[in-house]
Amino acid sequence: MLGAYFDFIRIRFLTMLAYRINYYSGILIYTLNIGVNYFTWKAIYGGGESLGGFTGAQMTTYVAVSWMARAFYFNNLDREISTDIRDGSIAIQFIRPYNYVLVKMMQGLGEGLFRFMMLMIPGMIIAVLLFPVQLPTELSAWIGFLVMLFFSFLISSQINVITGLTAFFVENNEGVMRMKRVIVDLFSGLIVPITLFPGWLSSVLHVLPFQAITYLPGSVFTGRVQGVGIWNVLGVQVFWFLALIIPIVWLYHAARKRLFVQGG
Amino acid sequence: MYYLGLLFEYLKNYMKTRLTYRADFWVEVISDLLFQATNFIFILVIFMHTDSLGGWNQNEVVFVYGFFMVPFGVFSCFVNMWGFSERYIVKGEMDRVLTRPAHNLFQIFLENVDPPSLVGSFIGLIIMAISGANLGLPFEWWTIPALLVLTLSAVAIYTGIYTTLTSLSFYSDAPTGILPLMYNIQTYGRYPVTIYNRAIQVLLTWIVPFAFVGIYPAALFLHRDEMRSMALLTPVVGAVFLGIGLLSWNYGVKRYKGAGS
Repeated sequence: MLGAYFDFIRIRFLTMLAYRINYYSGILIYTLNIGVNYFTWKAIYGGGESLGGFTGAQMTTYVAVSWMARAFYFNNLDREISTDIRDGSIAIQFIRPYNYVLVKMMQGLGEGLFRFMMLMIPGMIIAVLLFPVQLPTELSAWIGFLVMLFFSFLISSQINVITGLTAFFVENNEGVMRMKRVIVDLFSGLIVPITLFPGWLSSVLHVLPFQAITYLPGSVFTGRVQGVGIWNVLGVQVFWFLALIIPIVWLYHAARKRLFVQGG
Repeated sequence: MYYLGLLFEYLKNYMKTRLTYRADFWVEVISDLLFQATNFIFILVIFMHTDSLGGWNQNEVVFVYGFFMVPFGVFSCFVNMWGFSERYIVKGEMDRVLTRPAHNLFQIFLENVDPPSLVGSFIGLIIMAISGANLGLPFEWWTIPALLVLTLSAVAIYTGIYTTLTSLSFYSDAPTGILPLMYNIQTYGRYPVTIYNRAIQVLLTWIVPFAFVGIYPAALFLHRDEMRSMALLTPVVGAVFLGIGLLSWNYGVKRYKGAGS
């Protein structure tokens, strides 16, 4: 049974491989995003030493790592699920002998592995060559980062699954999906590190799951958080991974009762 | 006139379909505004920590952002090419479009009109008015005509770029991921381009000229003389890129053979 789930990872990976040409443009665009953010922050820093606890060098690294992490964890599971729901093919998926949500997560992982190898690693190499990014030297920081990156993927995909499943309740969830994308990019700390937000907003963001996607791993990787703090970060990620299972299970069961197929 | 009538009919149709999903309309307006709000929040957060961005103060950057929203809203309303390849080529709807008398690109624009986007344009005008008042910008006789001309030129630039990119799907079978990624780049055209290094300046000015949909035209209203000549060049850039878009589109349509579905 478990083997079947692994096959979903493998098949999605191979499917992505067939369209790999698209990802060459992706590398370029992600590098460009890092570049533009780098110059914007450079202009913001001007002569200043540090902003919100980030030095200029740390900010550069943070920007590069955040965008590259996004290259890995980003996927369109929300869109896939809502398409399945809207064209009715979800009905067939529900009667098959597997868990639909778990299959989606596996497919997301297959895509993630592909994006890791074809987009994140080459993009990272280019970013390091072009911009003054400071990578950590200890092996433990790298292992820690990879573990946290995996949790970033899990939490981001869980949020995508939740967003996708809302298509059961609002017939056209295009708006919900767009809103999610904006909220994740902003509140995860991809665009602005959370410490730079005004105090009230950053304290709100500290109790939301989005920080666990980009901001927390990025803080560890840039060396702002060290020692015991790293375990705290990991703890927050594990907490949100477990907590987000609850709404998914609930939505999934509520959805199976509500299913009505709009044509197809 | 014929095309105007078509536009009217399509909008009527749009209203009918939309009124079936009433709540969805508002969700879309709100999600559009939220998207704009993230960029807006970025600007506000930046200016909590610094007084100037490459020599531009907060009100000026906010004003540029307000201007940026105006043509973007118009563009998103009338030109929406998301999912063109999947919908028209893979599913074969292009064949249906081609059998009709109106120009195929025009039909595709009409089939995807998205009036909620125009709300963004109105908010943009309000932002311009507020930050303009804060800056004490004079209201000249040419303000309104210039706003019209520059908005139309900026819409032409957007249309040109996205039509060119979408027409690539006539040449390649694989769906291209360039379109969504381009949406990321366009937002950088609204920051003072002088803060970027030479390569990015050239890119945003001449290759994918998103600086002409934000910072350059807005500089005209802000009386930033160093960018005046660039601002006046906007209509020319618009015409050139719209021309490239239409040419590559028409050429692509000629090569189109149908997906056989």
